[in-house]
Amino acid sequence: MNIVNLLKIALKALNNNKLRCFLTMLGIIIGVASVITMLAIGQGSKDSIKAQISEMGSNMIMIHPGNMQRGGVRQSADDMQTLRVSDYEALQELPGVAAISPSVNTGGQLVNGNNNYPSTIYGVTPDYLDIRKLKVADGTMFGEHDIRTAAKVCILGKTVVDNLFPDGTDPVGRVVRFGSIPLTVIGVLEPKGTNSMGMDQDDVVIAPYTTVMKRMLAIDYIQGIFASASDEEHTDETIDEITETLRVTHKLKDGTDNDFEIRSQQELSEMMSSTSDMMTVLLACIAGISLLVGGIGIMNIMYVSVTERTREIGLRMSIGARGIDILSQFLIEAIIISVTGGIIGILLGLLASWLVTAIAHWPVSVQMYSVGLSFVVCTVTGVFFGWYPAKKASSLDPIEAIRYE
Amino acid sequence: MSGDKEIIRVERLRREFIVGGEKVKALRGVSFTIREGEFVTIMGTSGSGKSTLLNLLGCLDTPTSGEYVLDGVSVQSMSKNQRAFTRNRKIGFVFQNYNLLPKTTAVENVELPLLYNSSVSARERRERAIAALEAVGLSERLYHKSNQMSGGQQQRVAIARALVNDPVIILADEATGNLDTRTSFSILTLFQELHARGRTIIFVTHNPELAAYSSRNIVLRDGKIVDDTVNLTPLSAREAYEALPTDND
Repeated sequence: MNIVNLLKIALKALNNNKLRCFLTMLGIIIGVASVITMLAIGQGSKDSIKAQISEMGSNMIMIHPGNMQRGGVRQSADDMQTLRVSDYEALQELPGVAAISPSVNTGGQLVNGNNNYPSTIYGVTPDYLDIRKLKVADGTMFGEHDIRTAAKVCILGKTVVDNLFPDGTDPVGRVVRFGSIPLTVIGVLEPKGTNSMGMDQDDVVIAPYTTVMKRMLAIDYIQGIFASASDEEHTDETIDEITETLRVTHKLKDGTDNDFEIRSQQELSEMMSSTSDMMTVLLACIAGISLLVGGIGIMNIMYVSVTERTREIGLRMSIGARGIDILSQFLIEAIIISVTGGIIGILLGLLASWLVTAIAHWPVSVQMYSVGLSFVVCTVTGVFFGWYPAKKASSLDPIEAIRYE
Repeated sequence: MSGDKEIIRVERLRREFIVGGEKVKALRGVSFTIREGEFVTIMGTSGSGKSTLLNLLGCLDTPTSGEYVLDGVSVQSMSKNQRAFTRNRKIGFVFQNYNLLPKTTAVENVELPLLYNSSVSARERRERAIAALEAVGLSERLYHKSNQMSGGQQQRVAIARALVNDPVIILADEATGNLDTRTSFSILTLFQELHARGRTIIFVTHNPELAAYSSRNIVLRDGKIVDDTVNLTPLSAREAYEALPTDND
């Protein structure tokens, strides 16, 4: 018995039962298509979250004061004054740090003639633009000289511009008031839109940190430090370097807790992607279950088919088919059904993924591994669920089978 | 007509079944020899053991004791797969209810035994199937599907299927049992023609009339042979067929 003959026999038998064959396939088709589509949707949303985070500055490191005790009493973060300009200057020397900026901010009302708008003013250095992936669209960024002199200048975000200059006049060169302090607008930031958490990234005013510290808040400490690692892979090492440097400058003894906290976008991105990973797993589970149901469908139909074709099996045995021939025939039938169903399912899954993007505008990314995986799974399903009925068929007694009514 | 070559030799063949804890003796020591070119009818009422004997002769079953030699090869020691091989190469079955594959053409049905014989190429398979169908007078209906044919035609296809592997013996199990008298005689005529061309045929039936058309008649009762007569002057099935009234009212 050669394989070509076996294939011929199996194809002939399937051809005699086209509708039933198709209905059996349907389970596999839906299973495979849903695995591919679900995984594509899951991966698509993961990718889009990643892209958004990297737009925020993927290798950004944020240093905040924290975890300070005074006589055994833990202090609220607002009261901490552990970070100083000297820390910022020390960290500037680190090789792993590509850009660094202290950060002080305060909220307040911005006024331009009749228009006013509440916003937050961030006191930073020019490096801040690199760290946050911001660009000055109009005008210029302030420089070292402005920082040294605590110059009364500012850069406005798009949202602030829209609210303070609703008539569309060019804000560059104009003077706006922040509280009681007049600031000359020297530039406007390129719009960035909202971030993944729905925050308006254009609702921002940037000024030299010295201006905010001395003229607005009258403080001698800084509220935080933004830095960016020279490359994304080495973020963790850079964080270690920063930690060590700060422990030295803060004169912390071994065994005491850090009086600062360091967060990176990496953590955020890991958190976000673990959320979407969970979603992907959930979707894959649902899809996997439908594939399982499809497999059980194959088993059911093959089982019925064995009973229905008992006489045929008896005849085949009486004219010389061995048990293995009958087993192979039914197994091949099951595999043909599941593999054909798998191929149709893959095509349908690709089509469905495309439709999801085209109609719902969801980000979708079809994974080659999911195509390969579902193909392998449905072949295995065919063998696994086809085996039992095939075994049953091959172990029939030809004498009883041929006279089966 | 009978040649010298022994096709079948059975000696003290016994077959017992256990049914519901009780031992049922279906065959109680059957011995006979069938030579090449014989047309043997095996007759008996239901329960006489003729089906059991047919299963044994057809290598579908193995005896509890006794010896069975088919074409010089001892069968009772064969494994399941060896028996399947023997059925494929040496035996042609014809069943009462034809057992053709549904929705399948005559040629494909006849090709079936050769599909399980990997030494036959696809082309040779088709040629031999067509030759077998021509031998049973169905050269006009090669590509008719089994469900588009009458009972007589279906049985002819089944006989062609039994011939296609060029077996040493054709085993017919009540081959005319499902057919009306006219068609029965035409099928019987076909068997006589095959016999005349040298085929060895065993025809199992419960119908005593058919004994007159064979060259030898073995009668079974309660698992034993009660009669074994050679019929030197078999009737012609063709004459009987032609004598039947042809009018249909």
